[in-house]
Amino acid sequence: MAETTLTHIGRTEPRPAGWQGIAADWSSDQRAFKNVSWGKAMMWIFLLSDTFIFGCFLLSYMTARISTRVPWPNPSEVFALRIGGSDIPLILIAIMTFVLISSSGTMAMAVNFGYRRDRRKTAVLMLLTAALGATFVGMQAFEWTKLITEGVRPWGNPWGAAQFGASFFMITGFHGTHVTIGVIFLIIVARKVWRGDYDVGRPGFFTSRRGRYENVEIMGLYWHFVDLVWVFIFAFFYLW
Amino acid sequence: MVDITPADAVPPAEVAEMELYHPHSWWTKYVFSQDAKVIAIQYSATATAIGMVALVLSWLMRLQLGFPGTFDFITPEAYYQFITMHGMIMVIYLLTALFLGGFGNYLIPLMVGARDMVFPYVNMLSYWIYLLAVLVLVSSFFAPGGPTGAGWTLYPPQAIMTGTPGGQDWGIILMLVSLILFIVGFTMGGLNYVVTVLQGRTRGMTLMRLPLTVWGIFTATVMALLAFPALFVACVMMLLDRALGTSFFMPAIVEMGEQLQHGGGSPILFQHLFWFFGHPEVYIVALPAFGIVSDLISTHARKNIFGYRMMVWAIVGIGALSFVVWAHHMYVSGMHPYFGFFFATTTLIIAVPTAIKVYNWVLTLWRGDIHLTIPMLFALAFIVTFVNGGLTGLFLGNVVVDVPLSDTMFVVAHFHMVMGVAPIIVIFGAIYHWYPKVTGRMLNETLGRFHFWVTFLGAYLIFFPMHYLGLMGVPRRYNELTDMTVMTESAHHLNSFISIMAFIVGFAQIVFLFNLIWSIRHGREAGGNPWRATTLEWQTPETPPAHGNFGKDLPIVYRWAYDYSVPGAKEDFIPQNIPGSFAPSREPA
Repeated sequence: MAETTLTHIGRTEPRPAGWQGIAADWSSDQRAFKNVSWGKAMMWIFLLSDTFIFGCFLLSYMTARISTRVPWPNPSEVFALRIGGSDIPLILIAIMTFVLISSSGTMAMAVNFGYRRDRRKTAVLMLLTAALGATFVGMQAFEWTKLITEGVRPWGNPWGAAQFGASFFMITGFHGTHVTIGVIFLIIVARKVWRGDYDVGRPGFFTSRRGRYENVEIMGLYWHFVDLVWVFIFAFFYLW
Repeated sequence: MVDITPADAVPPAEVAEMELYHPHSWWTKYVFSQDAKVIAIQYSATATAIGMVALVLSWLMRLQLGFPGTFDFITPEAYYQFITMHGMIMVIYLLTALFLGGFGNYLIPLMVGARDMVFPYVNMLSYWIYLLAVLVLVSSFFAPGGPTGAGWTLYPPQAIMTGTPGGQDWGIILMLVSLILFIVGFTMGGLNYVVTVLQGRTRGMTLMRLPLTVWGIFTATVMALLAFPALFVACVMMLLDRALGTSFFMPAIVEMGEQLQHGGGSPILFQHLFWFFGHPEVYIVALPAFGIVSDLISTHARKNIFGYRMMVWAIVGIGALSFVVWAHHMYVSGMHPYFGFFFATTTLIIAVPTAIKVYNWVLTLWRGDIHLTIPMLFALAFIVTFVNGGLTGLFLGNVVVDVPLSDTMFVVAHFHMVMGVAPIIVIFGAIYHWYPKVTGRMLNETLGRFHFWVTFLGAYLIFFPMHYLGLMGVPRRYNELTDMTVMTESAHHLNSFISIMAFIVGFAQIVFLFNLIWSIRHGREAGGNPWRATTLEWQTPETPPAHGNFGKDLPIVYRWAYDYSVPGAKEDFIPQNIPGSFAPSREPA
């Protein structure tokens, strides 16, 4: 397993400048990205691929929304909650967004405490992140239920273009699946941290690889990505 | 690009030795194996098996086209099912899986000097999910209504309507699920290949010392990781259209006098998503072939590859350009004509790096010490078929030429030449080349030469006449051509001739499969480096390479992969792991 820190690469020759220098660094010996472990590189590349998936989903949704000949339901009204006698637009979505962004904060703190080898705080913060993520999914379930009872279906809704419900369930469902998978893995990694697996280098159950505290950070990369995607969904689906 | 790693210096190890998983039982050694070499063989065997199904399907299609009305069991519905499954299997489940899952898994770790892929467990999962995808695909043959007959492009709205075989049965659903599984499985493997090449190389192995095979497979994998998402999304959306009644791709439509529940969707959107995947897919298949053929030519012509750096940049350039040409598959779809102008331009620009590659192959051959071994024969055949298919690509890239030709056999001839015959010929050459490393024995020479000549000439006799049929106006996708005015008597004869050639070429492949199996036990002993090649996979202490590939110490690389016929050297090749400064360690700048 690759070590994260690069101590000394032992190169003394003059290094080329400018574009040639960039190309030479990239194509240099053994590793294109110095200081990047295998696991982290793999997560970054996976996230790049996943970006294309969400990008295609959002572009398809935008195509449908631009080209529809019937009115698109107004998100401010559809996603309003009646609280205290008045309709507050997007209130639930606002809370959901707040919860998910906060979970990114707790995740970042968990990474920090992980590198300080503070097992207890790391595990607690990861579990807190997982709890916030689960809250998000729970509120999403509430939102789905509300829309379904109001008559929104993948094939139609009372207010306009049928693609509204189709895109909504597909995109938020796909994102919610990502959050759910994230929550499951957060709990798994938190358990490993709590048990001290990364201190004693205990081999993984399936992979028989020894984990390191860097796994917390790799988990964090995924989690921040899922948050970032939500920001785009929020902007393009709810605010548009 | 400047190779700043000196020829003699031994750079210190930046990465600690990887922890290998050591299997404890027969099951974990040969079945649920985490060794990339075993996974490669599993991938290759599965891809070949499903490829044989596609071969038989092509025979059935040729039976119908060559001898119309003779075979009652080939109904129009069955014909469309054969076409669909043949195309999808060949492009995705055979070519993509064999090049990336098969050759990628076997060659990347060996060629970059690694013990294994960076995450062997994920790599193993990749194969098993691929196998599941293949099984789901095969199961559609036995599902009620049979497999989908939507054409390999699965265009909506017809793909999920009643008139199309499998459209309202299980066929299309199983196809979409199988594709989604394939993409999930491929992503697991693909991440491994990319990270292994970028981060897992041995000491001294800079990117500019990689054999071109690795460059080709690496670039193709990066492209696949960015292109398959579009297909994934298209599959999910069509699955929702079919299963839940959404209307992403389905416009308001009347079927059998009845208004369907769908409305407001865009079939063109599917085409854009599909071809955003589909065009890079052509190069996902072609780039590994380019890389492999470069190594075959250099090794068997005993000469360094001409213009190594340009070869690398051409691979990368083709990879990048292939993401901005997709709509040249859609000139007749009704999209905005200005798009056609843009996409025709980008399409023709791709000819530049491609031509660089072809010239460099030819210049590598020029005044080389050409050994007409079987891999070399296949490599030469590739240049011919690829140039042929590439030139017709220039025809079809222009809107005005494409519009009249796009629904004719000319297109069938073009894409079979360029992405059917050409890459498969490279696969054959590569198998003859690397089989001695995989098994320790050579493939039988006589059977091999028979296989080559029948395959090469036969494939030409199948697909070259199709150009003429296309120019005469013979449409593709039709199962019954008897009463059409374009079908003159000579066209019918030509069709029957093509069919007979297809059977002969198909049977030659059975000879090849026999050779593969027979030579495992009875082939001539190969030794460690029968082709006297320079790359690391031929320098392993054991043949076939043992678990962990390189014995106790990983090799250290001192030079590029193409030190053939170096003046002053004792032999006509210097392996990459041999130190010494009398020879250029890289292509002279």
